Amino acid sequence: MSELKHVGQPSVRIDGLDKVSGAAVYVDDMDFGPNLLHAEIIESPFAHARIKNIDTAEAEKIPGVVKVVTGDDFPYRFGLYMQDRWIFARDRVRFVGEQVAAVIARDAQTAKLAAKLVHVEYEELPYVLDLEGALKEKATLVHPDLEKYNHCAWFFPQAGTNIAHWRKTRKGDMEKGFKEADTILEDTYTVPRYAHCAIEPHVIVGLYDLSGRLTLWSASQSPYTQRHVFAEALAPLGLKHKDVRVVTPYVGGGFGGKAGVSMEILGAALAMMVKGHPVKVRWSRAQEFYNTYQRQGVIARIKLGVKKDGTITAIEHTLHWDAGGYVEYGANVVNAVGLSATGPYRVPNVKIDSVCVYTNLPPGGPYRGFGYSEFMFGLESHMNRIAKMIGMDPVEFRRKNAICGGDTLPYGAEMNPSGLVEAIDKVAREIDWGKKEVSKDPNKAIGKGFACFWKAPAMPPNAASAAFIKFNEDGSLNLTVSGMEIGQGFLTVMAQVAAEVLTVPVEHIRVELPDTDRNAYEWQTVGSHVTWGCGNAVKAAALDAKAKIFDTVHRALGFAVADLYLEKETIKCRTKPDFAMALKDMVISGIQTKRGNFIGGPILGSGMFMPEFTSATGDPETSQGGHPNVHYTVGASAVKVEIDRKTGKIHVLKAVLAADVGKAINPDLVKGQVTGGVVQGLATALYEDIRYDHKGKLLNPNFTDYKIPTALDIPDEIVPIIVEVAQPDGPFGARGVGEHTMIPAAPVIANAIEDALGIRIKSMPLTAEKIALELNHIPYDDVKGHYIGLCFLGKPEAYEFKTSPGKQKKAKS
Amino acid sequence: MKKTISITLNGERRSIDVSPSDILLDVLREKLGIKSPKIGCERGDCGVCTILYDGKTVRSCLILAIEADGHEITTVEGLGRDGLTPLQHAFVDRNAFQCGFCASGMVLAATELLRHNSHPDKKEIQEAISGNLCRCTGYEPIIEAVREVSRKAGKRS
Repeated sequence: MSELKHVGQPSVRIDGLDKVSGAAVYVDDMDFGPNLLHAEIIESPFAHARIKNIDTAEAEKIPGVVKVVTGDDFPYRFGLYMQDRWIFARDRVRFVGEQVAAVIARDAQTAKLAAKLVHVEYEELPYVLDLEGALKEKATLVHPDLEKYNHCAWFFPQAGTNIAHWRKTRKGDMEKGFKEADTILEDTYTVPRYAHCAIEPHVIVGLYDLSGRLTLWSASQSPYTQRHVFAEALAPLGLKHKDVRVVTPYVGGGFGGKAGVSMEILGAALAMMVKGHPVKVRWSRAQEFYNTYQRQGVIARIKLGVKKDGTITAIEHTLHWDAGGYVEYGANVVNAVGLSATGPYRVPNVKIDSVCVYTNLPPGGPYRGFGYSEFMFGLESHMNRIAKMIGMDPVEFRRKNAICGGDTLPYGAEMNPSGLVEAIDKVAREIDWGKKEVSKDPNKAIGKGFACFWKAPAMPPNAASAAFIKFNEDGSLNLTVSGMEIGQGFLTVMAQVAAEVLTVPVEHIRVELPDTDRNAYEWQTVGSHVTWGCGNAVKAAALDAKAKIFDTVHRALGFAVADLYLEKETIKCRTKPDFAMALKDMVISGIQTKRGNFIGGPILGSGMFMPEFTSATGDPETSQGGHPNVHYTVGASAVKVEIDRKTGKIHVLKAVLAADVGKAINPDLVKGQVTGGVVQGLATALYEDIRYDHKGKLLNPNFTDYKIPTALDIPDEIVPIIVEVAQPDGPFGARGVGEHTMIPAAPVIANAIEDALGIRIKSMPLTAEKIALELNHIPYDDVKGHYIGLCFLGKPEAYEFKTSPGKQKKAKS
Repeated sequence: MKKTISITLNGERRSIDVSPSDILLDVLREKLGIKSPKIGCERGDCGVCTILYDGKTVRSCLILAIEADGHEITTVEGLGRDGLTPLQHAFVDRNAFQCGFCASGMVLAATELLRHNSHPDKKEIQEAISGNLCRCTGYEPIIEAVREVSRKAGKRS
């Protein structure tokens, strides 16, 4: 293979000038003229209530109010993987803040004022906020009609219960596995909910124009999926997919929060009610917290068996998830974990139960890491503890059990090539593993923590990507894809892939933001899969364009296609050393023959990609038999922390993270993902802390009370390490890395705390308060009279992993 | 109830009718077409609405438009009128942004710092931008971009 010229280079981002000059346009920056209407949403004040009556008369009388709508206007269900939502709550509300009605007015102030005059009469219902309450016998059902919902084939809802989905994975012989073990450790870990906190709030503008076209300008990671969900949900109103257009300009951060469809359904639905007028729905920061998606809370029980020599013999991992009032996306997070909760280790005997439970809290959903950040906290804490129990170094223990290419995955398929051992070794070296350090300050203790991670994209087996390439007269080209630039540098990476194939430099390539009318298809920008999936489509499109270029030369000049090659935007021929034709001289106007006519025409390339080897057909009782995941990206991480023995405050001196990205198409952008992900992850580990009152109301939906990191809260040093064990089916060997960098943050901190102070904290976040109390042997009371973000009210170890029997429902074929 | 205010916006005198309750951020965005200050939290927490107000960084979501009467306002649109500043170039070179939503405010916060202190240390940079939240970058590349400008400024003198 010839040397790579563009792939592997730290190319400057192609969206840089836009973003630092103020030129970048986000949805809320677009001008829609004086005809623009504004919507204000009327929200449920109750966690669970029946809607008895909605009186809109008073609001409708306010001058400037154009329309007041309620759930009765939209008797349509929607949802990505499970259609468990109405557009507006109809029969009942299921969480505090749920949309019940909307006022559409000429200006935002009028809409806000009139919304206060919409009178909703509720009958309060018993509610369930915690898992124990949701799973007990005769629990209040959040969705009594669960059995009627349409859902994807790989979900297994349990009708008559609050269990929306239960993913079971079974491999080997558990009894034998634990019998072989010399040491068994069993314990419980809890992880509360978290919020994405993209700095741009969700916003959508919808226009149902007078010709009957519905256009949405949406701050989204998923333009095509949004179009599909909108078109399906609103099909009864006569919309076809071709009539729905989703345009996504720059988006101000996503992290999973802008995946799928959450509040955006309101923009689409409201537009249908005010034909001819664009209508804007913009979320406030508070709504951003309670009515998009939240990372789900989980309580997990791990039973792990190991031999004296460190070999893992068996794992039993039971996870109960607080998925909130709607699980149309969140249940797939639970599913993903149910397939992978062994972590990146070779485990012969596996029993995983990942149970998705409805509660009357805001809907859970995807957040960078997609369940792996959540379960890895417990698992990687557990790995450290059991290594210590058998007297083995925790890094050596992980190294011994590290999964390798060709090993059997929990669901029976084969593991992809993996550089995990290399990552472990490089991280251990960088953090000076084994070298005990002492703080100069006697009041402070230094500790080191280590953890591994893995994650696969969670995608339907037919999640596809496509790309178009169109050359311009000067030989520059436009590339259209519908993967989303959410900050990760996607546009630049796609340009680098096209550049490599076509020898056109990145600065001569424009990659356009998605518009479903003209850009090629992309399922969604989630799961860290677009570099891989869309990258494959772009590469295919570039090869297609190249084939058309060579075909044109062959037809015009008679050269054999096999002899042609590209070099620096020029066509060359191996058998004709003197021949050189610049791309710009033929990509639009073709090539003139000796007879004076022209052969060829504007060069277009198209490419598509689908992981044709995947399937979601595993046995519902064991998950064996399918191939649900395309591949795993693996890696390792470590921190060195300094902890104040009096206050418990942690200062991160150094964080190291190595990821096996297959091939870093742009190493600088990979490093950017590491730096950003490490800081975001450390915040969930150290202080981000969501709190609800005992009636299910979120208490801290703002940045004053929900602390995200500032520039003062970063580690002294972050060291990204790139490992490159090629992914055979990736573009130039690449696989994704966006989410992974956040995953190991919590366990590395938990393990470092133990290393420094000898205490083990099993519930996130690992706050200074918890550490200080633990050091003083004062029991930590997480509840203090109020319900909080934890999905279980009592001591975690007291939680019984019981599920009440419901009517078992067979899987849909 | 409307009152006419006059401001110097990115070097240009502008007059505009505002209501006493109008927020400066909304007037900039909706009435004056200046979109680089963003709406992020509407309560002064996040810093994406940062502007330079008589040369000092101010959160435009926290002041009334009427208070700006007679004052000078600079946004990123005005900062790069004669080409990008060295700091903006450093932001591009160092990948000191990802989604870009915080970039305008961040550039202004760092610009203010460098005007008063051409050679800030790391801590001073962190302090200066600590009112501007960024969820993507982990701040390190932003700090590096500011340091790069500082280093280059040092060479020239």
